[in-house]
Amino acid sequence: MTIATRFVPSGLLLLAVVALAVPASASSGWNMTPGVTEISRAIYDLHMLIFWICVAIGVVVFGAMLISIILHRKSRGVTPATFHESTKLEIVWTLVPLGILIGMAVPATSVLVQMYDSGGEDMVVEVRGYQWRWQYKYLDDDLNEQISFFSNLSTPREQILGLSEKGENYLLEVDNPLVIPINRKVRFLLTSNDVIHAWWVPDFALKRDAIPGFINDMWTIVEEPGIYRGQCAELCGIDHGFMPIVVHALPEDEYDAWYAEQLQLARLEEQLMERDWSEAELLARGEEVYSTHCVGCHQADGQGVPPVFPALAGNAMMTGDFDVHMEVVYHGRAGTAMQAFGPVLSPVDMASVMNYQRHAFGKAGASERSEPVKPKDIVTFAAAQ
Amino acid sequence: MSAVIDAHHDDHHHGPAKGITRWLYTTNHKDIGSMYLWFSFIMFLAGGVMALVIRAELFQPGQSFVEPHFFNQMTTMHGLVMVFGAIMPAFVGLANWMLPMMVGAPDMALPRMNNLSFWILPFASLMLISTLFMEGGGPDFGWTMYAPLSTTYAPDSVTFMIFAIHLLGASSIMGAINIIATILNMRAPGMTLMKMPMFVWTWLITAYLLIAVMPVLAGAVTMMLFDIHFGTSCFDAAGGGDPVLFQHIFWFFGHPEVYIMILPAFGIVSHVIPAFSRKRLFGYDSMVYATSSIAFLSFIVWAHHMFTVGMPLAGQLFFMYATMLIAVPTGVKVFNWISTMWQGSMTFETPMLFALAFVFLFTVGGFSGVMLAIAPADYQYHDTYFVVAHFHYVLVSGALFSIFCAVYYWLPKWTGFMYSEALGKLHFWLSFIGVNLAFFPMHFSGLAGMPRRIPDYALQFANFNAWSTVGAFVFGLSQLLFLYLVIKCIRGGQKATAGVWDGAEGLEWTVPSPAPYHTFSTPPVVK
Repeated sequence: MTIATRFVPSGLLLLAVVALAVPASASSGWNMTPGVTEISRAIYDLHMLIFWICVAIGVVVFGAMLISIILHRKSRGVTPATFHESTKLEIVWTLVPLGILIGMAVPATSVLVQMYDSGGEDMVVEVRGYQWRWQYKYLDDDLNEQISFFSNLSTPREQILGLSEKGENYLLEVDNPLVIPINRKVRFLLTSNDVIHAWWVPDFALKRDAIPGFINDMWTIVEEPGIYRGQCAELCGIDHGFMPIVVHALPEDEYDAWYAEQLQLARLEEQLMERDWSEAELLARGEEVYSTHCVGCHQADGQGVPPVFPALAGNAMMTGDFDVHMEVVYHGRAGTAMQAFGPVLSPVDMASVMNYQRHAFGKAGASERSEPVKPKDIVTFAAAQ
Repeated sequence: MSAVIDAHHDDHHHGPAKGITRWLYTTNHKDIGSMYLWFSFIMFLAGGVMALVIRAELFQPGQSFVEPHFFNQMTTMHGLVMVFGAIMPAFVGLANWMLPMMVGAPDMALPRMNNLSFWILPFASLMLISTLFMEGGGPDFGWTMYAPLSTTYAPDSVTFMIFAIHLLGASSIMGAINIIATILNMRAPGMTLMKMPMFVWTWLITAYLLIAVMPVLAGAVTMMLFDIHFGTSCFDAAGGGDPVLFQHIFWFFGHPEVYIMILPAFGIVSHVIPAFSRKRLFGYDSMVYATSSIAFLSFIVWAHHMFTVGMPLAGQLFFMYATMLIAVPTGVKVFNWISTMWQGSMTFETPMLFALAFVFLFTVGGFSGVMLAIAPADYQYHDTYFVVAHFHYVLVSGALFSIFCAVYYWLPKWTGFMYSEALGKLHFWLSFIGVNLAFFPMHFSGLAGMPRRIPDYALQFANFNAWSTVGAFVFGLSQLLFLYLVIKCIRGGQKATAGVWDGAEGLEWTVPSPAPYHTFSTPPVVK
């Protein structure tokens, strides 16, 4: 019997620990972040309100249970009472919870209505999910003045495999972060290129599914400059855990300067295509592209994960006709995980990666290979589609 | 007339057949019940091993134990095996053993179908688990099977998973039909609906839920099958379909499904708490009405699993309000259980400990459920470890604890021997501590921002995950103790009386322990 007396006390102790620990350490990674937007603070307040209501109900309910367990036990020689119904009580404990729920529903509704007020935005960013990276496109009325880029995990593989020490932002760091201004209403349009992903940054209290073929929207006004991190929140395949989100929120003027610089760089990139690329340059660039876009499925050693992700090493395509290879890379393979890279990679990147793949995995036929494929070949191929 | 009586007389001497045919051909509800229970325990261990693989990988950050691809197969199969292999068959097993004895019937209404519905299970489960050894690996898209990850992007073995689910569903539907037929037609004279034991009531409602939603799941996976093999585009926007449609169909099955796994649990604790409080169940009528309300509400809340798919505001509000409403009948049940204890004369044998832990921890899971129902806050909780904590609190310390509770409560009736109370209590305390250690920290890691179903995580989640892993291993290993205890009890021990527990009431306690192979060949009269 003594063992039983400890039963509910231990439970209540647990509850008390939670109750004390949660507010005391709001910023130390135990609790939801209050975040940096009006909405995120409203959600945090809502979360804490519901939490404390639950704690209060818990104290009453578990308290009654505890008292009963302590007092109404056979070892104290009590004889059981015989009452077994009370319509009055049943009505009370139907109506009281109903009232409490209405008390929760009112603030919840007002926050939700506020979140759905998505008009009047200052700028629009398209967020597109890919297995397993994000693409950000800054939508502008002038279609020639749009910038877009991919954002990939930048944590080195050695850290994941435990071969080197893990950095401070392990798995929460990317090569190209999303950059947005503070104090402006940024509207996000979400979609996906393959499977369902979900874009989530806790500090903004934004989470929405990116669904292939559909467009979702949400918005935020960030109030403090800073670096904010999040992750994909919908299982999207093997590397679901490895497609983080990093957002740099900049003061307005810094953001404008950044945006102007990006436009400049985009123009330079176009000129790259006109250049004559040496094979060594293409291979070096191709290795980077491969490690960003291909390695998730086909693996660093080109062995893939057959049969879902075929091996490239020893694959006849690596030594065969360029056009067949290009066809697959450009259009993907319908009905498989191989996506169409035509809209994803620039001609320079596509030419680079194809050369790299043939160099790295098609060694047998390397000597028979003619000229490396050049960015211009890709442009010609694309024009013919 | 005399021939009929003679035949009946001969029947009376029929014991179980000898050897393996007893189990292959049996139509006896007790044999089939035992097979269901053993089967579910084996699947529980299989699903448990998968859980431990997951927890071992997550013990510390970094890829240490299994690759992400295999990790995803483990999360998927753990869910499918536990839901369809462990929890549901365990409740059907308990129903098989207890429902006929509780309503005073000689057997289930449809004994041959009973045999069939059991024997489908081992083969279906074998097919399900065999996918892990197929080329390309097993299903790796989560037990929720969201398209198009589960269709266009799935491994080939998904087809076998779909057929396995069809078979498991067929088995469940047959089981449900049998249970409804038994309860509605075979009650002892005088046992009106409102005199039925609570476990009978909750199973009656559960069986209707099963019949309503298992075909919906079958439809969803059949559409997957057609998308994969026959060129349809049910879930592919490029062909005019809609990936979100899959989620609507799945959760229209999935939400009633979670009540399928908890309503029988409500029934069990509604027997155990009165028995060990030596006091009648408080508010029997309101318990019945609350259970029915929960069952009804379970059909109109499904999209609260999908608050982030981009529904219109009106949709979000409807599903938020409807979901919050479930707290009312659930609260009524908790209040009634506590009022049953109130001014009772309680003792704390193992079944009672599990029942009390059920009330306590299920309510904790209910609290996080109310939090999750709040749509704006759900944007932060959705698909994080907070959700994982929530549903493990209601499924492990809820459904599973109630199954343990039921086994301890009725084991003396089944075997004729008392189990070892000391071992039972040890099993309880290890399970209780293990469950809380495993799942409580998940609330924190989820709130701090850890998404679910990831094989590796950022450094700030490391401590919570380490604790969870320790708790999971404590919990997992302590189940071997349970296995030892049950085998020990079957092989002998202190003889059990017919009544077993001094506060227990119901027809099952009027037959001797162990319950004879055939009971209630002549129906008892219930006043």
